[in-house]
Amino acid sequence: MHQAALLGGLIRDAQHYGWKVAHPVPHDWRKMAEAIQNHVKSLNWGHRVQLQDRKVKYFNFKASFVDKHTVCGVLKGGKILLSADHIVIATGGRPKYPMHVEGALEYGITSDDIFWLKESPGKTLVVGASYVALECAGFLSGMGLDTTVMMRSIPLRGFDQEMSALVTEYMASHGTRFLRGCIPWQVRRLPSGCLQVTWEDRASGREDTGTFDTVLWAIGRVPATRSLNLEKAGVNTNPDSQKILVNSREATSVPHIYAIGDVAEGRPELTPTAVMAGKLLARRLFGQSSDLMEYDNVPTTVFTPLEYGCVGLSEEAAVARYGQEHIEVYHAYYKPLEFTVAERDASQCYIKMVCLREPPQLVLGLHFLGPNAGEVTQGFALGIKCGASYAQMMRTVGIHPTCAEEVAKLRVSKRSGLDPTVTGC
Amino acid sequence: MIFSKSYCPHSTRVKELFSSLGVGYNILELDQIDDGATVQEVLSEITNQRTVPNIFVNKVHMGGCDRTLQHGLGGTCVNVGCIPKKLMHQAALLGQALHDSRKFGWEYNQQVKHNWETMIEAIQNYIGSLNWGYRLSLRENAVTYVNSYGEFVEHHKIKATNRKGQETYYTAAKFVIATGERPRYLGSQGDKEYCITSDDLFSLPYCPGKTLVVGASYVALECAGFLAGIGLDVTVMVRSILLRGFDQEMAEKVGSYMKQHGVKFLRKFVPVMIQQLEKGSPGKLKVVAKSTEGPETIEEIYNTVLLAIGRDSCTRKIGLEKIGVKINEKSGKIPVNDVEQTNVPYVYAIGDILEGKPELTPVAIQAGKLLARRLFGGRLEKCDYINVPTTVFTPLEYGCCGLSEEKAIEVYKKENLEVYHTLFWPLEWTVAGRDNNTCYAKIICNRLDNDRVIGLHILGPNAGEVTQGFAAAMKCGLTKQLLDGTIGIHPTCGEIFTTLEITKSSGLDITQKGC
Repeated sequence: MHQAALLGGLIRDAQHYGWKVAHPVPHDWRKMAEAIQNHVKSLNWGHRVQLQDRKVKYFNFKASFVDKHTVCGVLKGGKILLSADHIVIATGGRPKYPMHVEGALEYGITSDDIFWLKESPGKTLVVGASYVALECAGFLSGMGLDTTVMMRSIPLRGFDQEMSALVTEYMASHGTRFLRGCIPWQVRRLPSGCLQVTWEDRASGREDTGTFDTVLWAIGRVPATRSLNLEKAGVNTNPDSQKILVNSREATSVPHIYAIGDVAEGRPELTPTAVMAGKLLARRLFGQSSDLMEYDNVPTTVFTPLEYGCVGLSEEAAVARYGQEHIEVYHAYYKPLEFTVAERDASQCYIKMVCLREPPQLVLGLHFLGPNAGEVTQGFALGIKCGASYAQMMRTVGIHPTCAEEVAKLRVSKRSGLDPTVTGC
Repeated sequence: MIFSKSYCPHSTRVKELFSSLGVGYNILELDQIDDGATVQEVLSEITNQRTVPNIFVNKVHMGGCDRTLQHGLGGTCVNVGCIPKKLMHQAALLGQALHDSRKFGWEYNQQVKHNWETMIEAIQNYIGSLNWGYRLSLRENAVTYVNSYGEFVEHHKIKATNRKGQETYYTAAKFVIATGERPRYLGSQGDKEYCITSDDLFSLPYCPGKTLVVGASYVALECAGFLAGIGLDVTVMVRSILLRGFDQEMAEKVGSYMKQHGVKFLRKFVPVMIQQLEKGSPGKLKVVAKSTEGPETIEEIYNTVLLAIGRDSCTRKIGLEKIGVKINEKSGKIPVNDVEQTNVPYVYAIGDILEGKPELTPVAIQAGKLLARRLFGGRLEKCDYINVPTTVFTPLEYGCCGLSEEKAIEVYKKENLEVYHTLFWPLEWTVAGRDNNTCYAKIICNRLDNDRVIGLHILGPNAGEVTQGFAAAMKCGLTKQLLDGTIGIHPTCGEIFTTLEITKSSGLDITQKGC
């Protein structure tokens, strides 16, 4: 859906490059949704075929523990019991509903629903400040829908806050409305069919209302552990997060029961980490490998309208760990070449590299805000994995013209106070 | 005094230049007088120049279009290289994006047409702003900018001749030569008069129409690619292989994609004659080409013939022989040591004219910056030319860093290498209904050195953005194990390198199935 939104922007760009397109170009949600849903279903099918090819038995039922070696569930024919030597829990998480908000469950939807809507969500209120909230709000805006984001406090908690501010700044200057410091407490349906939301502005204490076609909750996810009857197996969870406690071998408190993915405590909630953890686990259990999963310096990308790719420490985390005096931050504002002719605003296109100050200046974190941030960040994450120093990064010759080369051209440090704007071709 | 032909685009540009400078000129249009051909012959004898425009200033022969029309500041890259190329490539990609967007729900009915003039104007304006930016930059840094043609006359001394023919002399303790290259012509009949090169394409005031691109360089393929992408009928005439010097498996895939998307290829042919059938903007040209393998000849009519058969260093007419700077007589390139010094100690050289170094903008810039720091900044750092990454911006982009598979086999021997490879389907291509199992990535690992990655190749969208970071990683000693131990960013194309499992030697199927 992010791609659909980006394409809308590209259609606008195309005019500047000589393409004669009549404006504005409307977007048909239904057509897009059908295409996306079909693709997802084809992936479902693909996975099913793969399981079959590898002779993995697939049982489609909701399971829970009976004891540490046995799970049970209900199928059409009746109850079923399965026992095994090893059990892997990968039940993931589900979006949270704000249960204290009246009407939240009846009238609001979550990311579980948005991708499966057959009709356009229309004027939407997205509640939350997570990457899910911002990504959804981003692509909805990009499709031309009236979109508002309501945040309780800061955007992208846990991410570098300077970068997060630029992410939301870009969205705000490109049509997304932000209601900061607001908490909703009621959602009700009006006779017209629209939803009326009432919220409190924390700063002023004032109450406000707004009307929307759709309210999308993106306030966090809960691990799917409640219905597993984990106590029957003796598997321990973190009482606050409800996630399953695991060690470095992905094992729970019960040696032969493992947990991977979003349901496991202390792991980045990312697909590739879950996939890799699973692969390595399988190799340790049945292969000859003893390789453990490495969870540090995991790169990620937030697919907001202007994408944010990052790996390693945020500036705040680096300062907290090493002290301001011991870190050096190199940064640059740059303009993607493709933005020039398209007359796009590049004010938030920004890169920063957080390094140790002492030579050779080990790179602690890289943050890139711009188009194709995921593609740019991936290779540099490898560099950091190889223990890259600032000096080594700078010895790398750039590929021209790209945005990524600007990472290898970072010269201005924050400490110097010099203008970090890139000039020249 | 300009000896010109009324239909010649180069003559037109020169006339425009003089007009814009407020310089008066007289014109003789050789195609409009009876003895025009004779005049052209005489001019050729006097000036050694066969073509028009042939320009004299105060009775002194200045030359033709090339020598008179200097580009703005910034060199080839800014004016007639990377920058306009990438922008035109972007225009073509946008055409594809327009097509894709319908599948993603964007609604417009018409067949979308492309307007060449709109694109050229936008691109030229941007280039102009860069020229201006550099001019300001020089001024801000108190660099004197002399817009003249320089050549050595004796040690430590050059003669500078400006547009009006005035000569000035300059001396200096040190010199840096960065004169770059210019596109080569065929040396066959009609080439200089009727063919254009990349020097002309990016500011061509009219749409080139049905185009024949002669050459198999990245310049040829990139130009052919974007011209086809904006809807033109394009043919590429190739003497032998594509992208000489690049990994040939990747080169063939690049060509194959272009072919699938409407670019015609005439392999193993060379043009022998170009004849003008009709004047115009564009006109009509007849091209006769001969097979390299037999007596077969073919003839075809095109609006434009674009030559992209290589570039020649601008080192032969700058007086280097007067001060004894050695150049490679055959290629014109200048050999330098590892601090970019020529055989004459006070003369340095950087950029495309260097022998044995990659002809890339960032290499030239890096070399120049480090040279300046060594000469005046007390620094010692030398330019690192190893594992310089690059990207070919063809319709399907090709990014690479390190060795081609052929070169790796040559240097390390096949049994000491392991090549991991895979096809992949970018997520954005799925809904758009674009080819699956076309995009391709491979790494070449040295088994004798911890499976060190010595070559990385990717064919896919945003190849440049993907490759850059991996180049940095290779600089830090990337190995297969490190790749395997790194988590991918999902969903991207770049993550493919973190999940490579299948080796070429296994012979296993590499087609993609799941997410």
